[in-house]
Amino acid sequence: MHSLRFGMYGDDVNQLEISCLLGVASFLAGFLGALSGLGGGVVIVPLLVLAFGVDIHYAMGASLVAVIATSSGAAAAFVREGLSNIRIGMFLEIAATLGAILGAVLASSTPTRLLAIVFGIVLLYSSGMSIRHKKPVAQNAPPDRVAELLHLNGTVCVDGRPVSYQTQRAPLGFGLMFGAGTLSGLLGIGSGAVKVLAMDEAMRIPFKVSTATSNFMIGVTAAASAGVFLSKGYIHPALAMPVTLGALAGSVLGAHFLSRAKVKTVRIIFAMVIAALGIEMIYNAFSGRLS
Amino acid sequence: MSNSQLIGQAPKSIGREVGKFLRAGVALSAALISLGGFAYLAHNGQTVLNYHRFLGVPAEVKSIPQIFRGVFHGSALAIIQCGILVLIAMPITRVLLSVAAFALERDWLYVVISGLVLTVLVYSLLWHVA
Repeated sequence: MHSLRFGMYGDDVNQLEISCLLGVASFLAGFLGALSGLGGGVVIVPLLVLAFGVDIHYAMGASLVAVIATSSGAAAAFVREGLSNIRIGMFLEIAATLGAILGAVLASSTPTRLLAIVFGIVLLYSSGMSIRHKKPVAQNAPPDRVAELLHLNGTVCVDGRPVSYQTQRAPLGFGLMFGAGTLSGLLGIGSGAVKVLAMDEAMRIPFKVSTATSNFMIGVTAAASAGVFLSKGYIHPALAMPVTLGALAGSVLGAHFLSRAKVKTVRIIFAMVIAALGIEMIYNAFSGRLS
Repeated sequence: MSNSQLIGQAPKSIGREVGKFLRAGVALSAALISLGGFAYLAHNGQTVLNYHRFLGVPAEVKSIPQIFRGVFHGSALAIIQCGILVLIAMPITRVLLSVAAFALERDWLYVVISGLVLTVLVYSLLWHVA
């Protein structure tokens, strides 16, 4: 396992060298994240912690900023297509932003080892979610009263014609989104996997809409924790600089190649990387290397 | 039910403007972060600094007034942090624009809902300043 730890650099690596290494690594994370559709944010913290020996709080701060950057960069592309449902996004963001503040406040009092274990579990879960079989959404359930009250139903273009959809179990989705927000603030990630779970599985929103809406939401949720992270000193500019620039460049380039690549292969490879990082995080927490 | 066909999707033209705005904001932020980064590495490139232990950050990059003061004094780290502030402002501005868009549509329910989200976001960003 320790072969992964290629860069536990000693005291002889200077800022210029470490910035270049961090920039390249974050570029790869952003590129693979965009290409696979999983987002690069979730691998940045384990990358910094395991390969570079960065303290987990600094790593979370840099990751959160990178998440906002990649989400806003990609959001521009999604909004143009008009796919995201802003009403669903806003309704769920009430829960997600409140959860994010709670998570960010909890982050400083949570022991590093526990953070690493929770992180490992989220990585394993994200990996599993990304390779699951996606069933087309069944639209035969009775309409949800809350969803109707809040006008959460909409239409989406499928093969050039508009298809309307009924949003279901809005309160459950709202609750799950509070959890997604808490994880986002606790770990400095976008927690896209939990957001997609809430919208796909609980609320039965069509995949195209849930993906675009989740991307819109990731940036807003991350912005809610950012103030807390900033005031606690988690966002170190010298560290966030190469990570954010690298991840942003990588995600823009990844999105550019998206239409041409064999997405399925990339997804499976990236899911395996995420799972390996999850196991490594948990292993390191139990072996006491992270404390 | 007649208007349920339209509900949910923002008008395309507004979406395009918001998209343009977001991209410009991200570009501005990346420029500021790069500028500060070059200045920082030019002076501190040879410094040995690891992030193995959490020691917080210098006061000049910890809160919004301090960051602006740092930028004014030409601090490289404060310039990077200012770029990061621009980045954080992007999703918040997007929510603000949504409040305005819902107000234009006279959808008061969603003016309140997105207004709530905006309140939470602004509170989170400013709570330590007060």
